[in-house]
Amino acid sequence: MSDNKTLIKGRTGDWEIVMGLEIHAQVASKAKLFSGAAVGFGAGPNEQVSLVDAGFPGMLPTLNKHCVEQAVKSGLGLKAQINLKSQFDRKNYFYPDLPTGYQISQLYHPIVGEGVVEVEAEDGSFFNVGIERLHLEQDAGKLIHDLSPTESYVDLNRAGTALMEIVSRPDIRTPEEAVAYVKKIRTILIYLGTCDGDMDKGNLRADVNVSVCRAGNYAKFKETGDFGFLGTRCEIKNVNSFRFISQAINYEARRQIEILEDGGSIIQETRLYDPTAGETRSMRSKEEAMDYRYFPDPDLLPLELEQAWIDEIKANLPELPDEKRRRLMADYGLSQYDAVVLISEQAKADYFEAAAKGRDAKLVSNWVTNEVSARLAADGKDFSENPLPAAHVAQLVELIETNVISSKIAKEVFDYVWNGEGSPAEVVEKHGLKQVTDTGAIEKAVDDIIAANPDKAAAVAEKPQALGWFVGQVMKATGGKANPAAVNDILKSKLGL
Amino acid sequence: MSDLTKLTLKDAVDGLKAKTFTSEELTRAFLTNIEASNPALNAYVEVTADKALEQARASDARLAKGEGGALEGAPLGIKDLFCTEGVQTTAGSNMLRGFVPPYESTVTANLWRDGAVMLGKLNMDEFAMGSANETSAFGPVKNPWKAKSSDAELTPGGSSGGSASAVASDLCLAATASDTGGSIRQPAAFTGTVGIKPTYGRASRFGMVAFASSLDQAGPITKTVTDAAILLKSMCSFDAKDSTSLDIPTPDWTQSVGQSVKGLRIGVPAEYLIDGMSEEIKALWQQGVAWLKAAGCEIVEISLPHTKYALPAYYIVAPAEASSNLARYDGMRFGHRAEEFSSLDDLYAASRAEGFGKEVQRRLTIGTYVLSAGFYDAYYVKALKVRRRIAEDFDKVWGSVDAILTPSTPTAAFKLGDKQIDPLTMYLNDVFTVTTNLAGLPGISVPAGLSSDGLPLGLQVIGKALDEATVFQVAAALEDSAGFVAKPAKWW
Repeated sequence: MSDNKTLIKGRTGDWEIVMGLEIHAQVASKAKLFSGAAVGFGAGPNEQVSLVDAGFPGMLPTLNKHCVEQAVKSGLGLKAQINLKSQFDRKNYFYPDLPTGYQISQLYHPIVGEGVVEVEAEDGSFFNVGIERLHLEQDAGKLIHDLSPTESYVDLNRAGTALMEIVSRPDIRTPEEAVAYVKKIRTILIYLGTCDGDMDKGNLRADVNVSVCRAGNYAKFKETGDFGFLGTRCEIKNVNSFRFISQAINYEARRQIEILEDGGSIIQETRLYDPTAGETRSMRSKEEAMDYRYFPDPDLLPLELEQAWIDEIKANLPELPDEKRRRLMADYGLSQYDAVVLISEQAKADYFEAAAKGRDAKLVSNWVTNEVSARLAADGKDFSENPLPAAHVAQLVELIETNVISSKIAKEVFDYVWNGEGSPAEVVEKHGLKQVTDTGAIEKAVDDIIAANPDKAAAVAEKPQALGWFVGQVMKATGGKANPAAVNDILKSKLGL
Repeated sequence: MSDLTKLTLKDAVDGLKAKTFTSEELTRAFLTNIEASNPALNAYVEVTADKALEQARASDARLAKGEGGALEGAPLGIKDLFCTEGVQTTAGSNMLRGFVPPYESTVTANLWRDGAVMLGKLNMDEFAMGSANETSAFGPVKNPWKAKSSDAELTPGGSSGGSASAVASDLCLAATASDTGGSIRQPAAFTGTVGIKPTYGRASRFGMVAFASSLDQAGPITKTVTDAAILLKSMCSFDAKDSTSLDIPTPDWTQSVGQSVKGLRIGVPAEYLIDGMSEEIKALWQQGVAWLKAAGCEIVEISLPHTKYALPAYYIVAPAEASSNLARYDGMRFGHRAEEFSSLDDLYAASRAEGFGKEVQRRLTIGTYVLSAGFYDAYYVKALKVRRRIAEDFDKVWGSVDAILTPSTPTAAFKLGDKQIDPLTMYLNDVFTVTTNLAGLPGISVPAGLSSDGLPLGLQVIGKALDEATVFQVAAALEDSAGFVAKPAKWW
């Protein structure tokens, strides 16, 4: 990225933001990480809690193999090192949503090591974000404070649910990059089927570490690896929407720059973003930070994986977004922009490919990314819930390609089809929307209009742009069904242009 | 009738099978004994008479049909560390007073599967932390043995003091126990009973209230080596609910009892001859060596050089794990909850200060400290390295010996209240037993004689991982040579 983009002007000079993200993604799994209890949204309070989740005496964790497989898949999707040996550690702290008094996580030996993710920026350029690690851990339960003025309630349904924590390198430089990065991780996980990516339900959320430094210092950090060139970071916890990620970073960077420009210094601390107030607030400082007393969980043996098992998972991975993007560009001649838009949702890309067979791919891509996407968005649906068969889009494009209908009429046809009136061919037939290519009929219409508007016909020689008015009139007279190219040709010859 | 309670587990099971007596008769005999003796000995914290009689009658029905498992109709005592469905389980703590688990531990479930009868729950040091049974919230258990020279009440040892005392005083045929640093073997040695801690992973820890996960193992306390072999087999099983459980078959160890030990190589580790060891214990150890030699064993002098670091390492690893394992007792979902508190932190602090006794608090404090930032590497990581060295010490000698002989404890049973003021002296009780916990090896204590003051003393046999067979073989040879038949004179 060019420096201009990453620079923030201050009163005393230019600053740069540096960010690293920790994404918490709930593992797509029917059962929890260590207890076998069911996982699901919408169950009544404490209906999905086993004695293990509730931390009863003598209860022991047993590892859910499916969750391990999901973590390995995710690691492979992030082009990361899969560690054949990893270990679960206990993170100790007291809180009512944590029944055992410790969270089982992986501090010392995570299941997935270093990787790299290629992210598309808004301007179509790419940047890489280094992945430091991905580890498995348990989620905590939920406290409910608003049911009673004097008491808090605990719902442990979420307690023990498997999470993947994906930790990035401090490679992210702007709020837009941060959002693009989270979107990319989300897309990869959804492609892999390892996380549903539902941010509304909190199934994917991010902690954002923000620091600022003087312009040029980031480059020195990259050169030397010396964190001394970077500023003190603050961690903004649990930001759960793209919009809030961007807002929180903007606010936090500004806050830090103002403190520094006033001669102050940044205190390393954990902060919370309050979307209503649009600001971050201190949760606890480093001094108040809890000592989690991590140590290897003695109830669980080290996790040892076989390379053959990993190879098997790798061989069965679905096509990932980057590969799909490259293939769509190569196989269909699509632009990078179109390909990026299509792959942003797996079902969208699949839908495109189903409709594009034997058709003009660019045209199909336009229909999929414009009309179909807009209709779905209006209905609050995504492509996995798309009611319109891909064959209909294919047929619509075929009708355009074969000049049966014009692009303009196609929009009308699409309306009927979307509203369930049948296939595009049926709709064209039913509503008589076939394009008029009979030049005789078009000539007649042209003659009529010229005859009725002699002054305009005379003026058009001096003002050729007035031709558009005649085109419009002809189209109107033919009910929009006239072939626009033919109308143009005939008009031009009759008007002597 | 009261004679029935003096039977060994094996003779009782045989007698039940032969219909010489019924399980109900046997059970009633024990219940009568408990009623008479428990007020003085305090071995049971809860007697489940109705459940016992119900189980006994069910066993009798099966026995009448010629059916029944390996323990059919045998009345046992259960250490209160094992969760028992519908029966209060306290781990000797006020924290869990009134806690009734809605589930059964795997070890006890195995016993009921084999037809055993539960007489009740046995007293123990709070959360198994203690060597004298003085940390129990239900008061100390009394040792049925008394010294010739004094009328003072003695400790039965700990933490399985209730189990040892109940077996020694015929308040059950045999008992379950657990051993984290010596909690089966030390009480067995103090009460003239047999106690074995199997290889780590033999017995499931599911449903056993955790003290230190990487060290805790269940095992039996019994009257004879054969009884220990019978009960241990029932207790052990592979259990998918415990990730550290070993997926291996459980052998019939009774086959090892009585097998000749001729030609077996017995290691005698120089480092177990600790400073200040009493002449009496030294003599006992030499006697054990002589017995085995006479039985045809080859005696090999060995060195386990890291032995002296075992106790310090143990008192880092065990409290560290405990500090985390016991965090669940927070007054939120079950167990003791303070009535007065001013904040969430205060609720935690007050509940735990009220619910836990002093020794538990001491160990949780130590454990929290050694895991703290800045101390973790110096203490916990270092202790794990020592632990590795201790295991390697054993690995190195297994090429030249088949089993190791040591004393079980540095002293005979001591007076209740004697060592309470000085935890360090108390911790020394585990000096010969902790090494096997740290290395995960099987160890048994067998009664080998009486001290000059008339108190039982035990010898310990340590074996290779999973080689309980040799441990039982050697233990039976010692039992045979010692011919230990002494019973405590009844004072209670």
